[in-house]
Amino acid sequence: MSELNQEYKPLIVAFCCNWCSYAGADLAGSNRLAYPADVKIIRVPCSCRVNPMFILRAFQRGADGVILCGCHPGDCHYTTGNYYTRRRMSMLFSMLDYLGIERERTRVEWVSAAEGAKFASTMNDFAKKVASLGPNKRLEDLRCKP
Amino acid sequence: MQRIGVFVCWCGSNIAGTVDVHAVAEALKNESGVVFSTDYQYMCSQAGQDIIKNAIAEHKLTGIVVCSCSPRMHEATFRKTAAAAGLNPYMVEIANIREQCSWVHKDMLSGTEKAVILGRAAIAKVHLNAPLIPGQSPVAKRALVIGGGIAGIQTALDIADAGFPVDIVETKPTIGGKMAQLDKTFPTLDCAACILTPKMVDAAQNELIKIYSYSEVSQVSGYVGNFDVTIKRRARFVKEDLCTGCGLCTEKCPQKKVPNEFNLGMDTRRAIYIPFAQAVPKVATIDPDYCTMLKTGKCGICSKVCTAGAIDYTAKDEFITEKYGAIVVATGYNPISMEKFDEFAYSQSKDVITSLEFERLTNAAGPTAGKLLRPSDGEHPHKIVFVQCVGSRCDSCAEKGKEYCSKICCMYTAKHAMLTRDKYPDTEVYVFYIDVRTPGKAFDEFYRRAVEEYGVHYVKGMVGKVVPQGKKLMVQASDLIDGKQLHIDADLVVLAAAIEPDKSARPLATMLTASMDTNDFFTEAHPKLRPVESPTAGVFLSGACQGPKDIPETVSQASAAAAKVIGLLCKDHLTGNPCVASANEMLCSGCSQCANVCPYGAITYSEKEFRMPNRTTLMRRVASVNPAVCQGCGACTVACPSGAMDLNGFKNNQIMAEVDAICRN
Repeated sequence: MSELNQEYKPLIVAFCCNWCSYAGADLAGSNRLAYPADVKIIRVPCSCRVNPMFILRAFQRGADGVILCGCHPGDCHYTTGNYYTRRRMSMLFSMLDYLGIERERTRVEWVSAAEGAKFASTMNDFAKKVASLGPNKRLEDLRCKP
Repeated sequence: MQRIGVFVCWCGSNIAGTVDVHAVAEALKNESGVVFSTDYQYMCSQAGQDIIKNAIAEHKLTGIVVCSCSPRMHEATFRKTAAAAGLNPYMVEIANIREQCSWVHKDMLSGTEKAVILGRAAIAKVHLNAPLIPGQSPVAKRALVIGGGIAGIQTALDIADAGFPVDIVETKPTIGGKMAQLDKTFPTLDCAACILTPKMVDAAQNELIKIYSYSEVSQVSGYVGNFDVTIKRRARFVKEDLCTGCGLCTEKCPQKKVPNEFNLGMDTRRAIYIPFAQAVPKVATIDPDYCTMLKTGKCGICSKVCTAGAIDYTAKDEFITEKYGAIVVATGYNPISMEKFDEFAYSQSKDVITSLEFERLTNAAGPTAGKLLRPSDGEHPHKIVFVQCVGSRCDSCAEKGKEYCSKICCMYTAKHAMLTRDKYPDTEVYVFYIDVRTPGKAFDEFYRRAVEEYGVHYVKGMVGKVVPQGKKLMVQASDLIDGKQLHIDADLVVLAAAIEPDKSARPLATMLTASMDTNDFFTEAHPKLRPVESPTAGVFLSGACQGPKDIPETVSQASAAAAKVIGLLCKDHLTGNPCVASANEMLCSGCSQCANVCPYGAITYSEKEFRMPNRTTLMRRVASVNPAVCQGCGACTVACPSGAMDLNGFKNNQIMAEVDAICRN
């Protein structure tokens, strides 16, 4: 029963593209802009490298929120990658809607390498939203429970 | 099973201040595959790197995880360390516990907890790492320049100067481009021909430069360092090597009524012609649309008068294929068509002309031998109205014109106005403008001279309508500063037409898989930091094909592009990035989804034979990725419906393993 007494801490997976958002996260660090430790970042070359399967997998494994960050539209290091991301994610989000996953548990955000402050405020905001939703039970694969 | 070493860096107190580094090293010892785990004050220091090297040797490590600062900082350092100890550099993973952990989390408990999880994710990933070896591809030491205007000529001269062979492909019978048509050049007013034609001759005489005039690029394949380009040499019906350029044929040809495109149709030429006296190569060309011999088989006068025996009516288009290491696009610009601008009566009156036509009228080698005469009756105009921004900055008339500023018009209009007042002080000159934009060295001084010294009437406001009335052109305009309507009975109206990329640019971009913006200007790899490279490796941009430019800017960009090309051609081999996509042929169904999303054209398809049971074989279409072209974005991996496409260094199972490791708590 000790779990109940503990403050609920959501688990958030953040996919960041190497060229803009990951550098933005580094800048947030350099400027010491705090955000919750619940956010764990995975580096990908481009936001378009993120397969919708990765996001589903995270939810299955117990993530409470997944955020995907890429370069601003038009600024993609690979010219067009984030346009694919935008389309793929709008498809995925409507599917998640259909599955009954709250819309607030997923987010796509464009963060440039200069936007350390935006990265931190986005993560603060997202973590707060996800925490208010409570644990993700809908898609969690109970077989994965330790 | 990998033997993994974990190295946790304190970064002084930067990490150790909010992360219990000993605890992290201890916790990660228990992860599967970890045979060694330690922490040290500065892993990036020589002593820290020695710890890593020694551990690799002592514990026979097959992969290492460094928990330290951002990989953007020291990934390269630790990869070198691993390589020095005989480990493949791509068996190194970094867990970013400084910028993305210790610096942003204040309390020790959550910071340490997160650092362990990030370390765990890196360990999970390194389990699935495979040694990668960057590919090497040879570089063909020859450059291709597409377009023979001032941009192309300058680029070719600079590349040849460095000792590399260059080929120029030009669609017109001569190189020289738009600059050859100009009269004088702003702001110094030196004559265009005087500064351009020596460069044309230099290009022709340079042993390293080969000029394919009257030719076009018809096919491009290959990639940076190894382009295979097919050039179509259109039949000019005159043997280039025999023609001496004496011009006798162009005098004797009976077909006299061919509109002369070099003078924008303001006079005529013959069916066999040399575009202008200083043309390079100075070789005649037969225009098949007008030549009586080619159309009806009766005439042959040029063949009879040619003492060199250069005429060949049976010539056919020829195709040649050449290998190039780099390609420079210098396709330039054209003024837009004035047909849609009825309000200026361009198609109704011969005395409404474009600025380029005005250039030819004032050019000593032009149709009037440099005398400013009205095209309709050959009389001297006493009142001239210049209209600026015709088709430029059209935010409300995008279907007619262009939204962007054409950049060069303000300056050439000031030049035209000034030169007119200088030669003919009795002529009244009006310039209608939205804004006068004169940024550039000595540009604003030049414009002010036109107003103050030469008394050109600059009126802020647009011309609403031009109505031909007898010999006059009634110009109705508004003066925005005085708030008055103006009616001017002009003798000549000159329109500063917007400029647009050459029509050949769009199909060329498709061949090169180079990207373009909505206006068909080529896009650069980075608007500020890589302005002369296209996003496609090995393709460079020079001149107005990338955006409106004047001559000084064009020449600077041309030389900059040449510098980039020389840098590329100096290398014997190109070392690629091994983190590129690769297709699993057993899973690939050849559906083309990956090629559709690839921004670099790195994916090709081929029929391949597969062994089947019972000693049969099956031919199947499968994708293959050219590692020299692939930049490793991974768009194809997600598009692939069968999971055949994967990205080295960021494989599907590696990212999944990271997700699993992070969520395992």
